[in-house]
Amino acid sequence: MSVRITEAPIDVAAETAALAHAGSNTGALVTFTGICRREEDGVPIAALVLEHYAGMAEAEIERHVEEAQKRWPLLGVRIVHRVGRIKPGETIVFVATASAHREPAFAAAEFLMDYLKTRAPFWKKVERADGTHWVAAKKTDDAAAARWKKPREAAE
Amino acid sequence: MKLLYFAWIRERVGKPEEEIELPASVATVGDLIHWLKKRGEEYAHAFDNPKVVRAALDKVHVGPAAKIANAREIAFFPPMTGG
Repeated sequence: MSVRITEAPIDVAAETAALAHAGSNTGALVTFTGICRREEDGVPIAALVLEHYAGMAEAEIERHVEEAQKRWPLLGVRIVHRVGRIKPGETIVFVATASAHREPAFAAAEFLMDYLKTRAPFWKKVERADGTHWVAAKKTDDAAAARWKKPREAAE
Repeated sequence: MKLLYFAWIRERVGKPEEEIELPASVATVGDLIHWLKKRGEEYAHAFDNPKVVRAALDKVHVGPAAKIANAREIAFFPPMTGG
């Protein structure tokens, strides 16, 4: 697995190419690119500013990659998350999974994104012409992450 | 013990981190939040709504009942918005 946090722009093509040759028998490569949108509630976004808990963010993402590797037969996982100031149209996060077949690759990519949204210690601030505010966590994200819980976890 | 604050919790407390000598009466994360709120207005404001305060002990998510024990650092932050 490769998990990286960076302030530099993410080169999606390069990251994809890096994973394409992950295993000797890769038959499926799924990538997700999270992009900074251009507007919020009809108001143009000037920038997103991403803060993170250095040390915990990497560790937490790696814990979830390990969980994904236990649940699905993956040949490789590559995650890059950007922090700092991000402009509309730029990539915030890149998640890629490689497997022999498509079902594990799709499922693992969705699982990892749902957990990244709710458990990885990053926080977004939106800068607009009419002011700056912290983005609020969404209930729909918590619901998405909850559907991956195994019965034992769900009972806790 | 090292205390870290993130996002709007950091803004309300007024600093990203601090070193504090914890009294023996503070055993759990919940105890610590209760104790911090009494330190000043800025802390009371930051920890006002327990539903939106999350914690991590030595970089692992924990709930309010978690025992602090010999942890080296504790971080407080709002619900996460990464990805």
